[in-house]
Amino acid sequence: MTKLKTFPLGGIHPDKYKITTDSPIIDAGLPEIVYIPVKQHIGSPAKILVSKGDKVKVGTLLADADGIVSADVHSSVSGEVIKVESIEGEFGYLEDMITIKVEGDDFEPSIDRSTDINREIELSKEEIIAKIREAGIVGMGGAGYPTPVKTSIPENKKVDTLILNGIECEPFLTADDRLMVEKAEQIVIGAKIINKILGIQNAIIAIDENKPHAIETLSKITKTYVGVNVQVCATKYPQGGEKQLITAITGREVPSRKLPIDVGCIVQNVGTVFAVYEAVMKNKPLFERIVTLSGDACLHPANYRVRVGTPASFLIDKSGGITEKVSKVIFGGPMMGTAAFNINAPITKITSGILLLSEELSHKTEPQDCIRCGKCVEACPMGLQPYLIGRNVRNEKFSELAACHVLDCIECGCCAYTCPVHLPLLDYCKIAKSELKKK
Amino acid sequence: MEYTILLSILVLGVTAFISAVVLYLVSRKFAIPEEEKVSQIEEVLPQANCGGCGKAGCHDFAITCAHADAKTFSKLHCPVGGNEVMKKVAKILGFKPTVKEATVSVLRCNGTCQNAPAKIQYDGIFSCRVANKVSCGQTGCPTGCLRLGDCVKVCQFGALSIDKKTGIPVIDEDKCTSCGACVRTCPRQLFEIRNKSPKGNMVYVACRNTQKGAIARKNCKAACIACLKCNKINPDIKVENNLSYIPNTVSADDYGQELAQSCPTGAIIFTHCGDKKHD
Repeated sequence: MTKLKTFPLGGIHPDKYKITTDSPIIDAGLPEIVYIPVKQHIGSPAKILVSKGDKVKVGTLLADADGIVSADVHSSVSGEVIKVESIEGEFGYLEDMITIKVEGDDFEPSIDRSTDINREIELSKEEIIAKIREAGIVGMGGAGYPTPVKTSIPENKKVDTLILNGIECEPFLTADDRLMVEKAEQIVIGAKIINKILGIQNAIIAIDENKPHAIETLSKITKTYVGVNVQVCATKYPQGGEKQLITAITGREVPSRKLPIDVGCIVQNVGTVFAVYEAVMKNKPLFERIVTLSGDACLHPANYRVRVGTPASFLIDKSGGITEKVSKVIFGGPMMGTAAFNINAPITKITSGILLLSEELSHKTEPQDCIRCGKCVEACPMGLQPYLIGRNVRNEKFSELAACHVLDCIECGCCAYTCPVHLPLLDYCKIAKSELKKK
Repeated sequence: MEYTILLSILVLGVTAFISAVVLYLVSRKFAIPEEEKVSQIEEVLPQANCGGCGKAGCHDFAITCAHADAKTFSKLHCPVGGNEVMKKVAKILGFKPTVKEATVSVLRCNGTCQNAPAKIQYDGIFSCRVANKVSCGQTGCPTGCLRLGDCVKVCQFGALSIDKKTGIPVIDEDKCTSCGACVRTCPRQLFEIRNKSPKGNMVYVACRNTQKGAIARKNCKAACIACLKCNKINPDIKVENNLSYIPNTVSADDYGQELAQSCPTGAIIFTHCGDKKHD
């Protein structure tokens, strides 16, 4: 057996807890009220177009992209806008949101709701980019970078490889896994669409070896599509990181503070690619996504198809609610996600999971002094020295942080995971990054 | 054996002696003559090296004073030593001392455990600066005190302590030198250096929440709701962005009592000389 591809430096093998791998995607249904934030992406918030009392349908444009690095926001339900104001968001800080009372489920007539698969790509490159922009698509892996910006290649750069990120290396999360099993062909067509924009012929779908169903389904389908191949990778966290994935697949290393495009690669999450397919072929804006509701304290773990703006508490109630066993609620994965301040916060385009963890898994041990074992250095996939960053932050020596290359940190949390004395190294790295960005 | 020991003592001793002589000569030759005034001023300064005066420590302040003319000197002030020390410095330099009003640091938040009960449990790094980034804090108020005591850690004079009952820091007015360390540290800019009135009283709005009254009150009973009652008592008090601010020009002796009593939420705090109330 040949050795499976993976990135060379660092990485860890956390317990997988992929309990929802075999649960098919189910429709979460409609809540009574949705809260749609106008900023669900990196960049400037979108400009609000609707006002109180307006009637909207599923897919109606609510807010317009403000500038290039920004994205349109569409309504995910039909009904009446009852409030346009700041509401407590995920972290308790106020965010601009459009509150809509759900009435019925009317779609905009332009949206093609049939389930048949359109295979012919007839539009030109410019038309496709315009469609992606109008659909408000952003990177759905977690960063929320507007996709049209990512796929528009500057003239002096050249791209030769499109990588579809189906790694999903975070424990518990299975949203991408299920999507690849159930919408395999659509994802492959989506890859061909992005290929057309980039003007290249090949795409690689990278999947971790711990997803046998997805590998099997996609391998079968890609046989009929020239240029699209499945690449199985050895399981290691954080393989889903853009830079790690490029190194694993192509062997190229993205230089410090550069973008994947500088080494001729574009990485897109499979969820994003599916959204691109739906936008281009079905005229469907991005208003729903797959969310994994899981955790060891969750009574009925499942993968849901959720309308953007649905309060997280609606999903949690569907999965058995918050029981006595739940000690922490996390938005996102257990490694990179954040503890929720407000469980009524809405699901956004970039929420990939909601986890209900028990005391056992969320317990934090009191940190002790660094014993200089170097485990964090071994685990860091970016080759940084987290113990040194932590020490400089603790001693407030912010001037020395730039030399530690802390801005290259991808915040994967491997350092804190391996630390035998439970130092909050990731927290230190995050403080260091924000201190450096201040200057 | 004995010989080796004696030899090493001898060799080291001679080396040390020669080095000492060389060092002495070099230090004499290259000595930088220090101005007499600077060392005199430095002697009367409190040597807290807190940076409250805006200079990099007491030595730097002494140099600045020694080089200042009458006009620039009137702007220099050592907040720790206060008027007494500045009088001495002025005497050394032969300038007229300028008298500054007594000041003290105040906490512009009354989000005690009773007024703003905790909604979530924070278990991250025990530091306000970190907690401020992660979420809006236990109370849900995005501008309120995080109760983790970064200010207590930076206070060199032991003037700050977290009250166990209320959860928020308390300032000991006798110990506070208004050096401003807490002002610079608080990630939510909750501290303010305020003038004391001639009688030693103060009146200020202990809230920085700019949310609408109803939203602010949901999280904290003592939030300013911008009802404008204080503005009716003294029109100098400005109410902007759903928040009232009492400028230093409003006399605490004349209006303090009335303002504090008129505030429906208890956001306005009136302190008599020395005692501080948070309830």
